[in-house]
Amino acid sequence: MPTPAISLKRINKRFGPVWANRDIDLTVMPGTIHGIVGENGAGKSTLMSILYGFYTADSGEIAINGKPLSIQSSQQAIDAGIGMVHQHFMLVETFSVLENVLLGAEEKSLLSKVLNHGRKALQRIGKAHGMEVDPDAIVGELPVGMQQRVEILKALYRGARILILDEPTGVLTPQEADRLFEILDQLRSNGVTVLLITHKLREIMHICDQVSVMRQGEMVAHRRIVATSTDELASLMVGRKVGLMENKPSTQIGEARLTASGVHYTDSRGIERLHNINLELRSGEILGVAGVAGNGQSELLKILSGVITAQQGELHILTSKGEQRFVANESRDARLFRQLGVGHVPEDRLKQGLVPNFAASENAILGYEGDAKYGQHLLSTDNIVADTKTMMASFDVRPAIPELKTANFSGGNQQKLIIAREMMRQPDILIVGQPTRGVDIGAIEFIHQQLIKARDEGAAVLLVSVELEEILALSDRIIVMVDGRISGEVMPSQTNEQELGLLMSNAASTIRETLEVTLPEEVSP
Amino acid sequence: MKKSIMALAGLVTGLSIMTAQAALKPSVIYDMGGKFDKSFNQASYNGAEQYLKDTGTKYADFEIKNEAQREQVMLRMAQRGHSPIVVAGFQQAPIVERVAKKFPDTKFVLIDAVVDLPNVRSVVFKEQEGSFLVGALAALKSKTDTVSFIGGMDIPLIRKFACGYEQGAKYVNNDVKVLQNMTGTTPAAWNDPAKGSELARAQFDQGADVVYGAAGGTGVGINQAAVDSGKLAIGVDSNQNYMHPGTMLTSMVKRVDVAVYKAFEDVANDNFTSGLQVLGLKEEGVDWALDEFNQPLLDETVVAQINNLKQEIIDGNISVHNWEDTQSCTY
Amino acid sequence: MSRVNVQEVPVWLTSVVIPLLQLALALMVSSLVVLIVGENPIEAFRVMVQGALNLEFGGLHNTLYYATNFIFTGLAVAVAFHAGMFNIGGEGQAYLGGLGVTIIALSLDHLLPMWLMAPLVIIAAALFGALWGVIPGILQAKRGAHIVVTTIMFNFIAAALMSYLLVSIIAPLSGEATDSRYFASSAVFPKWHELFEGAAFSLLNPTLLIALICAVMVWVLIWRTRLGYAIRVMGQNPSAAEYAGINAKKIIIITMAISGALAGMMAVNEVYGAHSRLILNYTNGFGFIGIAVALMGRNHPIGVVLAALLFGALYQGGTELQFEMPGLNPELILVIQGLVIFFTGALERLVRNPIEALYTSTRANLQAGG
Repeated sequence: MPTPAISLKRINKRFGPVWANRDIDLTVMPGTIHGIVGENGAGKSTLMSILYGFYTADSGEIAINGKPLSIQSSQQAIDAGIGMVHQHFMLVETFSVLENVLLGAEEKSLLSKVLNHGRKALQRIGKAHGMEVDPDAIVGELPVGMQQRVEILKALYRGARILILDEPTGVLTPQEADRLFEILDQLRSNGVTVLLITHKLREIMHICDQVSVMRQGEMVAHRRIVATSTDELASLMVGRKVGLMENKPSTQIGEARLTASGVHYTDSRGIERLHNINLELRSGEILGVAGVAGNGQSELLKILSGVITAQQGELHILTSKGEQRFVANESRDARLFRQLGVGHVPEDRLKQGLVPNFAASENAILGYEGDAKYGQHLLSTDNIVADTKTMMASFDVRPAIPELKTANFSGGNQQKLIIAREMMRQPDILIVGQPTRGVDIGAIEFIHQQLIKARDEGAAVLLVSVELEEILALSDRIIVMVDGRISGEVMPSQTNEQELGLLMSNAASTIRETLEVTLPEEVSP
Repeated sequence: MKKSIMALAGLVTGLSIMTAQAALKPSVIYDMGGKFDKSFNQASYNGAEQYLKDTGTKYADFEIKNEAQREQVMLRMAQRGHSPIVVAGFQQAPIVERVAKKFPDTKFVLIDAVVDLPNVRSVVFKEQEGSFLVGALAALKSKTDTVSFIGGMDIPLIRKFACGYEQGAKYVNNDVKVLQNMTGTTPAAWNDPAKGSELARAQFDQGADVVYGAAGGTGVGINQAAVDSGKLAIGVDSNQNYMHPGTMLTSMVKRVDVAVYKAFEDVANDNFTSGLQVLGLKEEGVDWALDEFNQPLLDETVVAQINNLKQEIIDGNISVHNWEDTQSCTY
Repeated sequence: MSRVNVQEVPVWLTSVVIPLLQLALALMVSSLVVLIVGENPIEAFRVMVQGALNLEFGGLHNTLYYATNFIFTGLAVAVAFHAGMFNIGGEGQAYLGGLGVTIIALSLDHLLPMWLMAPLVIIAAALFGALWGVIPGILQAKRGAHIVVTTIMFNFIAAALMSYLLVSIIAPLSGEATDSRYFASSAVFPKWHELFEGAAFSLLNPTLLIALICAVMVWVLIWRTRLGYAIRVMGQNPSAAEYAGINAKKIIIITMAISGALAGMMAVNEVYGAHSRLILNYTNGFGFIGIAVALMGRNHPIGVVLAALLFGALYQGGTELQFEMPGLNPELILVIQGLVIFFTGALERLVRNPIEALYTSTRANLQAGG
């Protein structure tokens, strides 16, 4: 039996009273793709951070290629041949590919020598692993899949023979993801060891040789892919059997609650984010918005919830609380929309939907702090806490401690708190962005049930998600967004992920062609 | 005096160690800027040090760091039985007025401002007269017919310097141009050599070749700029000629040290007189400095010319305008 | 929202033990400096403590007097900080507050008794300070001019403006060189020693009570009002504020007005209470000390009051030190103050992290064991 590329024995890591990793054992053979799955907060990221030197384990042994190591910093990890591709890329967008790859690894003091040397090395590595990238392209102008490739090249340039990829497909179209798997396959055949962290079980089944399942800080199972199934992995992750949710289509679609006509939005940097958006959201339906992240969905969510104002076009809102027409360029705020009965679950809970340092009860009134029931002049802590308790009870937020700092809740519970806040008031319109991003399976199920319940009670729900499964499972109608435009509308019963994927990427590829920049030949001095 | 200290000792508990004998217990309170500012406060310090050297009489002193300390410190000095209490700096005047009333048997000497109380001696200087002389000298030595002035803050005392300087320069050469700048608007202006140097260079660029700084510690930078640019500088308050022989044209000395020394001496000899002392050229309270350091820069005719002007002022033939009289520089 | 944090380090540790340890570290390093100068550090600190706390020379009273200033300027910084803004303009806002006090006092002091004068003066100080705070606030809200830059610049503008007004208008009016005349004693706050027969001289005056009331009001504002809620959401997460429909521009402007008003009220203590006249540059850096006070007090009113007391004691103890140990340069007190700021601010984590880690691991062990 060959020496394992990675061997972890009894790794422990504790944050205060919380065991992030407890007695973790992991053996990864060289030249394999090894998946690590687990719910959010299962301890995957902590484990990888220990391996990459961001954290030091409280106890335990690490051996890389059979050599015991104490990894104290990421530099030591790099020296040991470990590379990491983060979920959020660590790239300088205004630099070229070559400059990004060399950043921090410049071995000579003269930049021109470094660049020449680096260019050759980069081309050699790219050819060897089948991912050629124009070294002079500006990273910010590359599509996301290409940027990810730059990250991989960066790691390989530093001599990585073990590659950790953290949720690599989260930002990719299905087609880009397929391309990534080809690359990983190529890397495997070149002897590189890959650790793939993901919560998408299909990907694991598709590409991995081995998989390890984590749950609540512990390693609960190691499986060979050929000897397992998605069902088994899913139940290992949550500790019980889960089934894909059954969604009966909506029975009573009613009148239009929210109508957008001719909406255009250009951001502060002058980039057009939304182009001529026309849509109608009816009571009793879930309208799914599919698309690769960054194609205008964020701006659509913000405009439909009143956070920002479009430069052109109109919104018309008709709810039980009233009717109002919103014209372009008019100063307004989200409060007004809330008063009309528009609930908004923002796509990024930590950036928008919560103040992490606040007590849960303080976040439970965010956006509704002006409500009369929360006190006449001074805020009434009693009423706020009482309301929070109700929300926590009816939406199963755990722990049910209103005074606890929000950051100390898990992602799923934070999300449930937000959804509770937005749904408690039974809004006629519910604008929902990425409701299950980074949420564990148990909570996903619950959140989906709540959305359907709201619809069945007559709410008009707009659901933006990058998870096609989610869109397909929940929506009564689906629109696809590409580059700020609505590129198509389909019915979930008449489509599948492949077709949606094509709709999502078709127009995108034409854009990319126009973006390709030809740089002039370098002029020698 | 003995009686009052006895009374005080009874009044303030814990001060009983303060003996009942009426030995001389002089003290100095410096103004903000500190006793080593190479200028005004340091001149006070020098006077006290000289007295210590000559007579062996120890003195207490204190450097004011903020407004709140003024009254507190002055009271504590008085409570401890110090007399005289020499208080340097015009900004202390309102406090002297209050404290001196409460301690009628303690002698106060206030420098640079006037308080009319029977136990206060106020010493003010005719800075305009000394400035007149160095202004005249600057104009005589200028080859560009442009001389300049750098003040600390734009306050009446400094305008007095500037006005005398201007008048002196114009007196010997009516065509001379006098550039004027102030360093700043906060007390930091009294101790900002970098800014002083910058302003001096700016003035040199505008053609000035002699600069007179009346800005306390800022002067260090002004004088250094003159060295660096090969121009001439005039020191202030203390004799600063030694700092850069060859480029220090002269210094307008203000004999604060003498005032402090005299105050100590008068109280020791039971000679103390209250009231106003105005010290000009005649009383040797101000003067221009001529020593081995700046001698090589000055030929005999120039020396004679300046000394001549000095005599004329002493005799009253030239009247030097005091800015404070009219709140303007008209002469 | 009472903070019962089950998984967190308790408040007594973060707000009492850790600052005290930081202070101890600062004092240890200061001791080294004193030793190098050739004096006895223990004696020096004894003199400082004695000087700051004694009653017979008004040491404690003066400590409280200084603390009054620092409470105001510290609260000013803290309030702005809760909205995510760094108000460095306390110095200028306090200076302008002095102008408000002076205008009212000089024009009415012979007409009104103290009881009528005091409220007017407090309002004037707050208004003028608020004005000087709100302009950078408006520039930030409407033009995006960064508050740090504008408030610094407004300090300079305040200094220039006040120098001009004092030297050219206010002082000549009163016959002084650079100060205003004394306000009529019937119209100003009596000082402690004027109220209580036999008390030693100090500058302590009833403004201390106003400062403490302000601290309570700031607490209520920040944690009990909708405005305070909006301020905190703004400060901690501007995107969440936008999401919630909080008008950021309005909050910036209002917060800067409140912050400026608090800083401006320092003038009530200084110009109206302690000195009873406007003095050139009376602020003397107290506005900047407010930054250190807020930093050390962790922007909580109670912390600010405690830190203000500490800095007040450092100032008063430093004065006494200069009396008793003339061998020590008065700048030494600046060194000690600087070290306190250094250890509580810049090197804050040096003490905090290990202590918190120690606490949590000990607790976890106890829990695991028991």
